[in-house]
Amino acid sequence: MDAIIILQAGVASGTVLLFATLGEILAERSGILNLGLEGMMLIGAMAAFSTALSTSSPWLGVLMAMLIAGLLSQVHALISIQFQADQVVSGLALTFLGTGLSLVFGEGLSKAGAISLLPSFSIPGLVSIPVLGPILFQDQSIMVYLGYLMIPLVWYYINRTRPGMHLRAVGEFPAAADALGINVARLRYFYVFVGGMFAGLAGATISLAVSPGWFSQLTTSGQGWIAIGLVIFAQWDPIRAAGGSYAFGALRRLILDIQGPTKLFGLRNPFYFNPYWGFFLQMLPYAFTIIVLIIGSREAIRKRLGAPAALGLPYIRGERGL
Amino acid sequence: MSLVGTSRSKFKFPYRFRVEPRLKQPGWLSAVISLGAVVLALIIGGVILLIVGGNPLRAYGFMAKAAFGDLGVISDTLTKATPLILVSLAAVIAFRMRLWNIGAEGQFFIGAFGASAVVLTPLLPPTTSPWLMIPAMVIAGMVTGAIWGFIPGFLKARLNVNEIITTLMMNYIAVAWNNFFIFAVWSEGGFQMTPQFPKSAWLPRLTDLSSQIPAFRGLTTHLGLVFGLIAAVVVWWILYRSRWGYEIRLIGDNPRAARYAGINIVRNTVLVMMLSGALAGLAGMAEISGVVHRLQGAISPGYGFTGIIIAWLSKLNPLLVVPISVLFGGLILAGREIQPSGLPMLIQGIILVCLIASDFLLRYRVRLTSRVEEA
Repeated sequence: MDAIIILQAGVASGTVLLFATLGEILAERSGILNLGLEGMMLIGAMAAFSTALSTSSPWLGVLMAMLIAGLLSQVHALISIQFQADQVVSGLALTFLGTGLSLVFGEGLSKAGAISLLPSFSIPGLVSIPVLGPILFQDQSIMVYLGYLMIPLVWYYINRTRPGMHLRAVGEFPAAADALGINVARLRYFYVFVGGMFAGLAGATISLAVSPGWFSQLTTSGQGWIAIGLVIFAQWDPIRAAGGSYAFGALRRLILDIQGPTKLFGLRNPFYFNPYWGFFLQMLPYAFTIIVLIIGSREAIRKRLGAPAALGLPYIRGERGL
Repeated sequence: MSLVGTSRSKFKFPYRFRVEPRLKQPGWLSAVISLGAVVLALIIGGVILLIVGGNPLRAYGFMAKAAFGDLGVISDTLTKATPLILVSLAAVIAFRMRLWNIGAEGQFFIGAFGASAVVLTPLLPPTTSPWLMIPAMVIAGMVTGAIWGFIPGFLKARLNVNEIITTLMMNYIAVAWNNFFIFAVWSEGGFQMTPQFPKSAWLPRLTDLSSQIPAFRGLTTHLGLVFGLIAAVVVWWILYRSRWGYEIRLIGDNPRAARYAGINIVRNTVLVMMLSGALAGLAGMAEISGVVHRLQGAISPGYGFTGIIIAWLSKLNPLLVVPISVLFGGLILAGREIQPSGLPMLIQGIILVCLIASDFLLRYRVRLTSRVEEA
């Protein structure tokens, strides 16, 4: 039970949530709520593992995961943008579809042997920073470092660039964006696709780096839903999303590791001597998601923050929206 | 290059699709479109099955026979349909108010736990008459399910916490909760299941009548089906014949108008979530008391999620839920023996996708018009 090791592994595990959350933020900022995250992550994890297995190249696996999850997301885009269907139901359908597809195509993958994983390495120099160095920069997967880069990039893109401004306009007030000549539908298709690619990246991060392998639905075990909760907690802000993701990653690791040692803080470790108490530990990430949502909702009420104004509403030109 | 470009832009496909809003929908249209969506979904599922190297016609033929081939499997199909009817009704009543309770799966598990607690704690001794035992289990299952629905309902009503995420998180919590009791408290000799319930806690099955009616020998259909049928009528009555149902439908259709009309949205949110949870909890009770006869981990192949699809396919009509649940019961029954094992899940997903996409055709008509005509 070394705090540094737990946090180090927590950052890796939180990277999965980070990618999923960033992608969902981009899609939701454009006004499309995609509840299919769990299904897209699952099919990403399956595609990544399966491709890496047959081509022995984890990189092709990552690419394939992003592509397949991106394509799957377009089903949701088509239904919610073109067909103006309810995005909640469509997103649920996408989760069913993604789960079903990954189970059918992933049949037998769980028995597959070892594959080559994405590389892990330390960053020289940065690793010698006290405390933070070993947690953030020692022997981490390349995906973790990619995650660090993505946080400021996505934040900057949304808040400081012209395309980012268009993205926000489409999500907040599509009629005005349309009047300015922005193609609302095309941008929404695009950001749903980007969200899908991020979800695929999250899936690939699971199956090729953080907990390698294919374990059917247990591969993601509800992390897609936790990510959707985190987006609300984060108030659609990439930086808060990063904090939430890493915190949840650390929590997941803590739950795994707390049952190992016989002594905890010099006392008998109750979780070691009563292994069945582990079931209550298993509840914690889900219970915390609910708590985090309560915090997010209260804050939203107090500060009058909120979701992108057009989130979940189809845009029909000429109809009175909002 | 530029020449090619201009000539290409001049060429126009002589026909084009025009999409225009429907002013009125004929009554039969909805049924035809839903049926078309399901057929399309089966075709897509078949193509995917071909891709992974299966024979779709044989697979579908096998599934139809495995689900409806003879009296015995029809009875098994009805047994599978029983929990589906109840969880679908749970989804229907919540969705009608546009409350997205996707926690029926967890409410199902916790209802099974509540009913088991009556037998295993034991709150009632095993020698109790079934006339007391069964009602006690029904009440326990419904109350625990209602509690599981109350939590997200209260959070939604009072704090505006997104009920989609909370109900889903409660699913995982319910499974872990049950596992704790299955592994640690009620485990039978270290196995991952509780001891079998005494006969007094079993719902009567058709096969129990085989001494009087020999044809019923081996039929597994149990009293839970009657619970489901009664619940369907009750939910229909609540939604379409009671004042409360009117309020639910008004909130679902137009929450702003409902608020101006003085309808208490907070109270209705909590109550509908509790009723929804109670129905799913009753499904859990019926499944362990009618089929499994003990509490164990694998008591649901995702009934709660299938219920969402059934609710949508029935257009939130409580009475239509019954026949559609029977069809899906057959799908789940036959799907247990079919490879690859994810196939039923996949078909359900495709059906739901086709279904919501097809709603578009209800609101709009697509016409192929000739450009020449337009000009």
